[in-house]
Amino acid sequence: MLIVNDIINKLPYTDPFLFVDEIDMVSDNAIEGRYTFKKDEFFYKGHFKEQPVTPGVILTECCAQIGLVCLGIHLLNSEEVGSRDFQVALSSSDMHFLLPVFPLETVIVKANKLYFRFNKLKCEVKMYNQETQLVCKGVLSGMIRNNNI
Amino acid sequence: MESDQHFEQLKDIVKMYLPDDVSVDAIVVDSNFVKELNINSANLVDIVLDVEDAFGIRLENEDMDKMQTVQDALNIIAQKLQLKK
Repeated sequence: MLIVNDIINKLPYTDPFLFVDEIDMVSDNAIEGRYTFKKDEFFYKGHFKEQPVTPGVILTECCAQIGLVCLGIHLLNSEEVGSRDFQVALSSSDMHFLLPVFPLETVIVKANKLYFRFNKLKCEVKMYNQETQLVCKGVLSGMIRNNNI
Repeated sequence: MESDQHFEQLKDIVKMYLPDDVSVDAIVVDSNFVKELNINSANLVDIVLDVEDAFGIRLENEDMDKMQTVQDALNIIAQKLQLKK
């Protein structure tokens, strides 16, 4: 069993494209994590002119990093002991956006596994703001596999 | 023949995952899913999951590794159905 912080350390992302601060819960079927958007994230400069709003693609990315990649790392490590090196790719996203997310807001992502078979992970994801309002939801899928097989 | 029927069933599944630039007529017994039909690995998993539901069988990782052409898929389907009997 992987310690939760180890999951974040194994993520293949770094600043300015790491959108996971904490994993609050992980199991073989679900994960919950959070991220606080910094005041000066690189995309706020252009989205929009003098009116920073977090782009939907970034919300999707945040959902995917928590719901697919973090959960995928957990699942790969439950299946195979000692795996270190892995590859990820997003294969489909079907997202709906309900509320805007501004700088300095914290979002909570909750994902439920629909299936993880033949290295494809498909999840239902929901993102909430600090007021526990639903910000966006959808279904994401991606491929995640160990390099050493 | 049973295998013709399997082919038609499989073709109906595969055609849902074909990219726009590949015609349904391109699905023949010898077609390679990835190289000829341009199906990506994520969609190949979808095809396998649909095949499992359609035929009431379950494929393992080894079967997935072997499944490169339509014929490979038909062989796996026939083999799994035989085991069920």
